[in-house]
Parts: sequence; C-alpha cells; structure tokens
Amino acid sequence: MSEHHIVTPKTYITIIAFLFALTAATVWVAFQHFGDPWNDVIAIGIALTKATLVVLFFMHVKWSERTTKLAVILAVLFLVVLLLITMSDFLTRGWLGVPGS
Amino acid sequence: MSASAEAHSPELQHHFDSMEQQRSASTLGMWAFVAQELMFFGGLFTAYLVYRYLYPIGFELGSAQLDIKLGGFNTAVLLASSFTMAMAVWAAQTGKKKVLLWMLIATLALGAVFLGVKYVEYSAKIEHHLVPGYNFESDSPYAGQIKMFMALYFAMTGMHALHMVVGFGLLLFYIYHAAKGRYTPEYSHPIELFGLYWHFVDIVWIFLFPLLYLLGRA
Repeated sequence: MSEHHIVTPKTYITIIAFLFALTAATVWVAFQHFGDPWNDVIAIGIALTKATLVVLFFMHVKWSERTTKLAVILAVLFLVVLLLITMSDFLTRGWLGVPGS
Repeated sequence: MSASAEAHSPELQHHFDSMEQQRSASTLGMWAFVAQELMFFGGLFTAYLVYRYLYPIGFELGSAQLDIKLGGFNTAVLLASSFTMAMAVWAAQTGKKKVLLWMLIATLALGAVFLGVKYVEYSAKIEHHLVPGYNFESDSPYAGQIKMFMALYFAMTGMHALHMVVGFGLLLFYIYHAAKGRYTPEYSHPIELFGLYWHFVDIVWIFLFPLLYLLGRA
C-alpha cells in the first residue's frame, strides 16, 4: 500500500490563488458579450476547472487510492447520465411533429 | 516483543487490523457518502437545467434580482474557508495541534460569515416580495417564469445553506476534540473526512454562483 501523502501548504496556497483568480474571471466573463451559448459554456468551463482543482488537491484525489478514484469517477458519471438522459428528452421534443395535431 | 504485539492506538476500532486499513476504509466510505450527496444535489441541478432551457427569459430576469457583489463575496469567503480547512488537514497530519485548532476556528468563522451574508440576502428577497409560496409578487409578463427561478434559487441555496449549518455543527465537535488534543498524525483521518464534506459543499457553491447570479449580465 502506498505511503500516505501529505499535501503541503505551498500547494494549498497555489490552488487557492487559482480559485480566487478564476472566480474573478467568471464574474468578468459574465459582463462580456460572447454570443449566445458561449457565455454559458465559458462559465461552466471555469466552474468545472475550479471543481477539479478542489477535488484533486484540497480533497487529495490526485494522491488517493484507486478505489477512491473509482468512486469519484463513478459519482460524476452517474450525474452525467442523469443530466444527459433528462436533456435528451427536453432538447428533442420539438424535432418531430405530433401525429394528429 | 514482535511487531504485531506493538501497542496499538486507542483510536483503532476492533474490526480493523491497522490504522492504515481504518483510514483507507473510512475514506472510501466518506466518498460513497459524497457520491450520494452529488446525486442529491444532481436532482436540483437537473431541475434547474430543464427550467433554464424552458424559461430562458424568466431566468435572466430572475437572476437580475440577485446581488452579484454579495454572491461574489460569499464565493470568496467559502473558497477561503476551504483553504483554511485544507490547512487544518495538513496541521492534523503533521501533528501541529495549535495550528489545527486555529484553522478549524477560522473555517468556522468563515462559515459563519457566509451564513450571515446569506441571511442578509434572504431578508432582501422577503422585503422585495420575491419568495414563492410566501409573498411572491411581480407585474412582469414573465412573472410565472421568474417565480420558478426564485423557487429554484431558494431550494438550491437553501439546501446548500442547510449543509453549511450541518458542517458548522460538526466543526464545533471537531474543535472541541482538537482543543483536547485528540488528533495526531496517526489519527488525523476524522479531520480529513470532515474536510471532504466541507470541500464538497464548497464545490456545490462553485456551480451555484455562476448558474444563479451571473445570467444575462452581458
């Protein structure tokens, strides 16, 4: 079994600096005009980046055991399934006409 | 005296062979809990996504009712509390008991600031008649859509705030035991596991902030 890894304050300070910078960036981006889907795409991209930094470094997943990594990946996968299956309904409702109406 | 007869930690539960095994099993257990928490909030985020798609204009009008400055400030406060929590974990792992205690207290204080700001925000919503089911009033042609946005706003931030309150209570427990010096490098995983919970709640807010506060500002 791998030795228990201790993350140092230096790493934490670097990560929190990135998180603050990305928060400022997401507010700035919200006031710029990038055209219809792009403001949302960038906002979600920044949020995903922040979440990934927290999971990998603050929550130590970068150094954790394989079983833990598997649990994290499966959790995210199930969330993606929930969102994808639901939206595959709502996004496609207007595609085909309703017979008889 | 053989290695196996070595005096073991009083914190070792009898059903584990070693502290290392105990740490590893409880870490996986905590992640299973976080995974179901993700499913729980996932339902709310799915509801948000569906109605955001159906009511794009109402959501922009609803979002305009929220205060970006307070929301942004709270985002920074919560991120800072995640940092102090991470530092608390480091202090527990390296046996710095005083630092651990102060970092936990700092995390508690930042959590309190977050909830205080949330109280100010909720009070303003009540004052402006924006609480569905309580006093919602709007003469906008999109009143129904704005109402749905506000309902989701309260459901999502309210559930998030409830998690903060639970975390607050747990922190008091850990501060009490940290003050008594219970946590050592060998027995640091209770702090690590609580850290996982705290960071998860932080991640939820990382998504709530842009999704609720920052719509239609361009």
